[in-house]
Amino acid sequence: MKVMRCPLNGERNISEFTCLGEVSEPPAPDGASDEAWAAHLWNSNNTAGVVREWWCHVPTSYWFIAERNTVTDEILRTYAAAELFAKGNNE
Amino acid sequence: MPFGLLKYGFRKRYPAGPDLSWPSDLKSHYDVIIIGGGGHGLAIAYHLAKHWGIRDVCVVEKGYIGGGNTARNTMVIRSNYITPQSVRFYKAAVDLFGTLSGELGINLMYSQRGQLTLAHSDATIRTFRLRAETGKFCGTRIEMVDRAQIREIVPSLHMPEDARYPILGGLWHEDGGTARHDALAWGYAARAQRLGVEVHQRTEVTGIQIEKGRATGVETTRGAIGAGQVVQAVSGLSSVVAKMAGIVLPIRTYPLQAMVTQPLKPFLDPLVSSAGLHVYVSQTARGELVIGGGSDPYELYAARPTLEIKEGLAMHLLELFPFLSNVRILRQWAGITDITPDYSPIMGKSPVENYWLDAGWGTYGFKATPASGKYMAQAIATGTVPEIIAPFGLDRFATMDLINEMGATAASH
Repeated sequence: MKVMRCPLNGERNISEFTCLGEVSEPPAPDGASDEAWAAHLWNSNNTAGVVREWWCHVPTSYWFIAERNTVTDEILRTYAAAELFAKGNNE
Repeated sequence: MPFGLLKYGFRKRYPAGPDLSWPSDLKSHYDVIIIGGGGHGLAIAYHLAKHWGIRDVCVVEKGYIGGGNTARNTMVIRSNYITPQSVRFYKAAVDLFGTLSGELGINLMYSQRGQLTLAHSDATIRTFRLRAETGKFCGTRIEMVDRAQIREIVPSLHMPEDARYPILGGLWHEDGGTARHDALAWGYAARAQRLGVEVHQRTEVTGIQIEKGRATGVETTRGAIGAGQVVQAVSGLSSVVAKMAGIVLPIRTYPLQAMVTQPLKPFLDPLVSSAGLHVYVSQTARGELVIGGGSDPYELYAARPTLEIKEGLAMHLLELFPFLSNVRILRQWAGITDITPDYSPIMGKSPVENYWLDAGWGTYGFKATPASGKYMAQAIATGTVPEIIAPFGLDRFATMDLINEMGATAASH
């Protein structure tokens, strides 16, 4: 089975993980149009290539960030969410 | 008569002619350019030429016709959905399949032998009742069946009462069936070509030309082509191609795996499906069992196989038919499916003028091919989206008018 490295639990079978979608910034709570909210809710970049996503190790309920290639099915890097958001770089 | 076949082959009385012809050069402009030479794109081209007199049509295909998801689905045709909008639309497709072999002049081997969907929980029974009543209301053949009736429909089904997921009842859909999927693409292509449509294989679209919010043509690996209207019908790459036109779609792309066993004597007439066990099966005319189930667990554009999915399919199939335990798998494959949030397709206009979407066909594209071809062609020819496909527009997401078919789609196809 494909193996993913969890930043907390180390290498585990990929069946223990669930993908929670692209890292994205929600629109500003006040001021954003209905269209902007609908786009945020439904649309997806659905990139064919390298993506940055939220993943969760289900047995320990640990959420983290994974970077992977959706064309080659390679997992490039997994790391704690703090690494991304500490820099304020949450795009 | 050992040389009979050879003699027959050389006889002049039956000259062999090519079914399909391939034009060599692209023109600089067409009335309509269709991106994608699968069943959907070719069906749209056929209907434009046949019923709307629009023959200056070019279908561009990056590989070969019918080489994508048209030949990767598991051939299921049915209309037992849960919303009236879906039932009406897919019923139109089922009705068209009935006479399509004659219309296209190619044997689609359309076999309407019914689909049995199994319920293993009270919650499923409740949704089956709704699907049965919705289906009857919309004029399809569908009914709830109990265990005794299920035994009659599929005598070989293993139905112990003390199973982990016992079979409580079923949804019997007499209109369900299968057809040869590749023949569908070839049939539409051959008929469309005879009416003047050009089909260009190995011509990949690399960009969409847009001027002042209007699509004016496409760029391809063989040069730019101008167009009055542009249609995208590219299952598995809907998001990638739409992005060329600057459109972001509510689509996430997942692989869907399936497999086929060695041929067996005919024992299974109807199609059998269990959403609870994530497996469905049908026996082909050759005797092979076609087995499919749910999508892969995470988004991907790679049609690579995984052992886990195959193990899951086999395990669940054996709960229904334990005597298949020593049967071997002959082939396995995956298709790339564009899943929308409500498991319904996106058909109709896009934010770009003169750019039409036939996208988000997830795991339900093959069965819809004749209807999507007919009504998309009507929309493109008249500029007005027909009532039957109007609910499937891209704008339904912003207004929250979703057509939720997740329960009637996932793992049933």
